[in-house]
Amino acid sequence: MDASLFTSMLFATVVAGTPLIIVALGLLVNEKAGVLNLGAEGMMAMGAVAAFAVTHESGNPWLGVAAGMGAGMAMAALFGLLVLTLMANQVASGLALAIFGVGLAAFVGKPYEAVALQAVPPIRIPFIADLPLIGEALYNQQALVYFSWALFWGLLWFLHRSRAGLVLRAVGESPASAHAIGYPVIRIRYLAVLFGGAMAGIGGAFLSVFYTPMWAEGMVAGRGWIALALVVFATWRPLRVMVGAYLFGGVMVTQLFIQGSGLQIDFPSQLLSSLPYWATIVVLVAISRNGNTIRLNSPVSLGKPYRPEA
Amino acid sequence: MLELEARAEPSRLMAWASPLLAVALMLVGGLAVFAALGKDPVEGFRVFFLNPVKDLYALSELLLKATPLMLCAIGLAIGFRANVWNIGAEGQFMLGAVAATGVALYFGDAESALVLPAMVLAGAAGGAAWAAIPALLRTRFNANEILVSLMLVYVAQLFVSWLVFGPWKDPDGFNFPQTRMFAEAATLPMVIEGTRLHFGFAIALAALVAGYAFINRSHAGFRMRVAGEAADAARYAGFSATRMIWVGLLLGGAAAGLAGMGEVAGPMGQLTDKVGSGYGFAAIIVAFVGRLNAFGILLASLLMALLYIGGEQAQQYLNLPNSISMVFQGMLLFFLLGADVFIHYRLRLRRRGT
Repeated sequence: MDASLFTSMLFATVVAGTPLIIVALGLLVNEKAGVLNLGAEGMMAMGAVAAFAVTHESGNPWLGVAAGMGAGMAMAALFGLLVLTLMANQVASGLALAIFGVGLAAFVGKPYEAVALQAVPPIRIPFIADLPLIGEALYNQQALVYFSWALFWGLLWFLHRSRAGLVLRAVGESPASAHAIGYPVIRIRYLAVLFGGAMAGIGGAFLSVFYTPMWAEGMVAGRGWIALALVVFATWRPLRVMVGAYLFGGVMVTQLFIQGSGLQIDFPSQLLSSLPYWATIVVLVAISRNGNTIRLNSPVSLGKPYRPEA
Repeated sequence: MLELEARAEPSRLMAWASPLLAVALMLVGGLAVFAALGKDPVEGFRVFFLNPVKDLYALSELLLKATPLMLCAIGLAIGFRANVWNIGAEGQFMLGAVAATGVALYFGDAESALVLPAMVLAGAAGGAAWAAIPALLRTRFNANEILVSLMLVYVAQLFVSWLVFGPWKDPDGFNFPQTRMFAEAATLPMVIEGTRLHFGFAIALAALVAGYAFINRSHAGFRMRVAGEAADAARYAGFSATRMIWVGLLLGGAAAGLAGMGEVAGPMGQLTDKVGSGYGFAAIIVAFVGRLNAFGILLASLLMALLYIGGEQAQQYLNLPNSISMVFQGMLLFFLLGADVFIHYRLRLRRRGT
């Protein structure tokens, strides 16, 4: 493999992994608080369409990202209302959010289907971007790529070094105990759900404003679900989320490069495109095989409704 | 201030009233949506909710739309009852369509009366085979069936697209991604002459009856209900969780595959890359709104079909995108999930400080 091909594949892998990192880390916080939100796909779709529409109208991609984040949070608030205040089933409500979000995004986005945005130029970090091989790939990237790294470090610190992170984990492990020592369990869970929604919205915005600057129905293409799988795959640990997201990014990119390489291989492109989905299944199987891995690592109260005794 | 108070026993009245409440709230929400979009709400209501039931032909189209929904939903309901979350019915639907198409393309010209029954079997088998993947991975490797069945939807879509762009493409089809039209012997006959309502509808009704018998009258169905409502009791009684996962997924897959067969052998008459049109996902809503029982699913599938056709009408007469259907369908499920809180809780007025 020559050097420039390596650099461009690494570049593309980082870009493809970025929305997965942002969304999966948001979901991780969500699930650490004991709430399972299966609606990531819907929140991403809404984030993507809101970000696209606002960027298109205002010409400012950062207003777009803010709008995407807001849209994701609005969807998450709806979910929170159902499962936290009204104690609805989390699985059913999450599915509802996924279906509803994708549908609403298709509806809202109809007028934007035929328009394109200007590509946002990457941000070059002086000096280290000149490193051979990896410099161009890692340090001449979109701002949200750097954001995903900051999010990762911030989350590591928050979960394992801060008091607030400890409280969050306590709420997920044993809401009754957290309530008993005086923490507002429901309010903390709302915050975690909103954070998950915000990150899903930003992840969606990355897709429609930076990754492929356009809006098309179904453009999220299962990434919300893959992010959910990533959190399980990572056994709820941020570092493994990062590694997993780049692995998936690598799989997506490899099949695209094979398709675009003009290599004379007799393999249909549609079947190559299904590789990331097969990869998700294979990885899920690998990590779930030993039931204890999941049982020991998943937040104990995940998916169970909790109602504090007054 | 208002407070939720746990009921001593779940309210039977609310269990029935909550879907009706959800429908009422959806109608109110719908009027608000029309108003917000600057359309006359009364006109919107007429086009969206009354046009689809205005005459016999409209009604036959409604039943045609409801057919795949009730088939997929009754199959899903069996699994959902045991907390087996198959949400990949959309993919199983497509694989059923593919298997039935295979029979139609290779044997359809035989003009034999056996072609259609073979397609029915192939459709059910195709859907069940696709659902067997999450069942196997869940029972052997403990892999979450929600995520696996869902990933397989995307794989199925790409597989269909490969078939209709590649080996099964109609050579005289001007390069459109579709197979050739099925022969007469591979097309379902009509129930009512002059409409598009085909015999798949009769199959769907039969499936509802069979689903009712399984859920409410069979021992296997009883075991699955127990497993869903009281998992510990089911384990104590020695009911096999593995078998329930297999039964739930295979029946769900077979029903969805049948629905897919009905679409290609019925209104479409060929396989195209648009075969999966969201019925498998909408059926999840149908199953919940129908309270996971056969009669409820019948009503809910008619309602959801109405929302689909209402969306088409709104596109035609009100110049709105037809994805408005999905907005209404999503609203319906949200309102239902919200209203369901009153099955287990009641509102109480309580003064502050007490």
